[in-house]
Amino acid sequence: MKRRDLVAAGALAAMMAFGAVPAQADDPVRVGFVFVGPVGDFGWTYQHNQGRLALEETFGDQVETTYVESVSGGDAERVIEQLARTGHDLIFTTSFGYMEPTIRVAERFPDVKFEHATGFRRSDNVATYNARFHEGRYILGQIAAEMSESGVIGYIGAFPIPEVTAGMNAYILGAQSVNPDIELRVVYVNAWFDPARETDGARALMDQGVDVIAQHVDSPAAMQTAADRGVYGFGQASDMIDFAPDTLLTSIVNNWTDYYIDRIQAVIDGTWEPSDTWGGLSADMIRMAPYTNMPDDVAERAAATEAAIRSGELNPFTCPIIAQDGSEVPCEGDGVLSDAQVLGMDFFVQGIADTLPN
Amino acid sequence: MRIELVPRTEPKAWARALAPVAALLVSFAIAGLVIWGMGRSPVAAFQVYIADPLMDPWSLREIAMKATPLIIIAIGLSYCFRANLWNIGAEGQFIVGAIFGSWLALATHGTDAGMWVLPAMLILAMIGGALYGAIPAFLRVRFGVNEILTSLFLVYVAQLLLDYLVRGRWRDPMGFNFPQSVVFDTAATLPAIAGMGRVHIGVIIALVAVVVTMIVLGRTLFGYRLRVSGDAPRAARFAGFSQARTIITVFCISGGLAGLAGIIEVSGVLRQLQPSISPGYGFTAIIVAFLGRLNPIGILVAGFIMALILIGGENAQIMLRLPFDLALAFQGLVLLCVLSADALVSNRLRIVRARA
Repeated sequence: MKRRDLVAAGALAAMMAFGAVPAQADDPVRVGFVFVGPVGDFGWTYQHNQGRLALEETFGDQVETTYVESVSGGDAERVIEQLARTGHDLIFTTSFGYMEPTIRVAERFPDVKFEHATGFRRSDNVATYNARFHEGRYILGQIAAEMSESGVIGYIGAFPIPEVTAGMNAYILGAQSVNPDIELRVVYVNAWFDPARETDGARALMDQGVDVIAQHVDSPAAMQTAADRGVYGFGQASDMIDFAPDTLLTSIVNNWTDYYIDRIQAVIDGTWEPSDTWGGLSADMIRMAPYTNMPDDVAERAAATEAAIRSGELNPFTCPIIAQDGSEVPCEGDGVLSDAQVLGMDFFVQGIADTLPN
Repeated sequence: MRIELVPRTEPKAWARALAPVAALLVSFAIAGLVIWGMGRSPVAAFQVYIADPLMDPWSLREIAMKATPLIIIAIGLSYCFRANLWNIGAEGQFIVGAIFGSWLALATHGTDAGMWVLPAMLILAMIGGALYGAIPAFLRVRFGVNEILTSLFLVYVAQLLLDYLVRGRWRDPMGFNFPQSVVFDTAATLPAIAGMGRVHIGVIIALVAVVVTMIVLGRTLFGYRLRVSGDAPRAARFAGFSQARTIITVFCISGGLAGLAGIIEVSGVLRQLQPSISPGYGFTAIIVAFLGRLNPIGILVAGFIMALILIGGENAQIMLRLPFDLALAFQGLVLLCVLSADALVSNRLRIVRARA
């Protein structure tokens, strides 16, 4: 039997087993998504799923999408492999924890393309993508400093990983640009999606006198809790205004839609590359939700900062950056911290009242 | 009008044997109705959920791997449950076993330690799980504390201990502060079985546990003592069987096997410690133990069925876009039906009409 026949026999077997259609040139591109939380988390996974739905709307019959939600670390390798072997052409794995399983499966399926969100390992068929969330957080910091009466602002983080740390630093740097004496309290809930602990985190911060809360976790639970006490907050990943209509100031909205559309188009055109994408406001990978519940001058300033970051005029990590211990951080970019420094950020800047867990 | 359960004097053997099968069929029927109500085809769902995975070698291998921790834990639990002791904390013993075993993997990381590491890890894990299982047993024997509560509460203690370790001292120094340990060396990784894809030798260990338990329960005095203590505690006392010793022993066996399952999962599948290493295997195994009638072969079959349901749930998401929650609901449904079937085998229903 020739190799082609073998492949055909294999495809036939797969068809029989899974009722799939044989591959043809005008076949739809099959896209699989692996999600860490439920699509109804109204945050991180919800926003990725919005991107998936946009694919179906944009490409119509040209794509076919599937997803598996709430996939734990131990199940990830099997789920990714199942997607790969059932004829998916492109598979998005949307959590940092899927990095090793994605690489392992990608080695076994060289003809399938993989895209891993927020990771740093790539190969011939694994691309990575992420957004510069910290750009938006600088704007949030400015708003927080203007809206806070106590001078103490808060931040709910998921894990003390560089992406979260960079967001906290950008937030306090933005706040200090308005009020150099502002103080930032930090709490970690040790989960991306755990509404009960996110609520507890918000309470812990408010009990310490915090009157504006930012978050880097996936559900709107903390924003609802803050709203109950009339404390201001910022949504994360998706526009959370419906959950705190009177107290939400704005949200950083992750926009994966354009990126996903570009990548599917690249697969259709045959131009897909295992690239590393890290886009922010200028690339439209993050967007700011409307500035609400704040005086006009605060909103105008936020909009001006947003425009300055988008045009490249302002970088949140403009040197000199002073670390918490008082030392100056080496400036490895062009007058700013380099991308590598931001991606591996493992220090707090001055003004954060807590220390980075080690 | 009300319905009463009246104990049958002599439950029929065939009914007892067929009860789990009937329970499965009933749960399929109910799930089919739900799926039909959602506007999907129950036949297609059955195809994707049950039939396809059974026809496909890759799926069968994955089912075997997924079933391994369930079977090993459930085998351990069967010792407890047979003696009418309720160990609900296998999840915690699983975690502590994984911690004990992983300690050695991390201590020898990067040292070229050699072949002895893996067997030593397995033994350490069993010791860890057994010690952790012995805590509720000791509290029960010494202070008469209800073992259901203590074993369950200790699950949360174990989870937090693991959490502390992977975020603290056992965190990978090169891991960007992400809460996970280093990836284990090859010497500390459970090898795959040749020609079976990524299926590791833990599957064989599960089979060994089944066979050994068959012999222990069927052909040893200890097995007999266990049955008597469970079915007729007074008779056991008259026969001079020490209840305290039985309690401690079965909890150690049960915890030891759960710990073994823990290190097999970590070293064979995850290959590193993470804050969460089990999607609830310790609890799902309780269903498996009962579905398998506390019988080793029954547990083997039940473990496969449960793994099939879990993996079928993923297929249903991929092929039919059925939600994940449905798979969870289906799992609960199976347990409910099995317990109901059991109740109906040993009791009959009597309808009592209200008096005027």
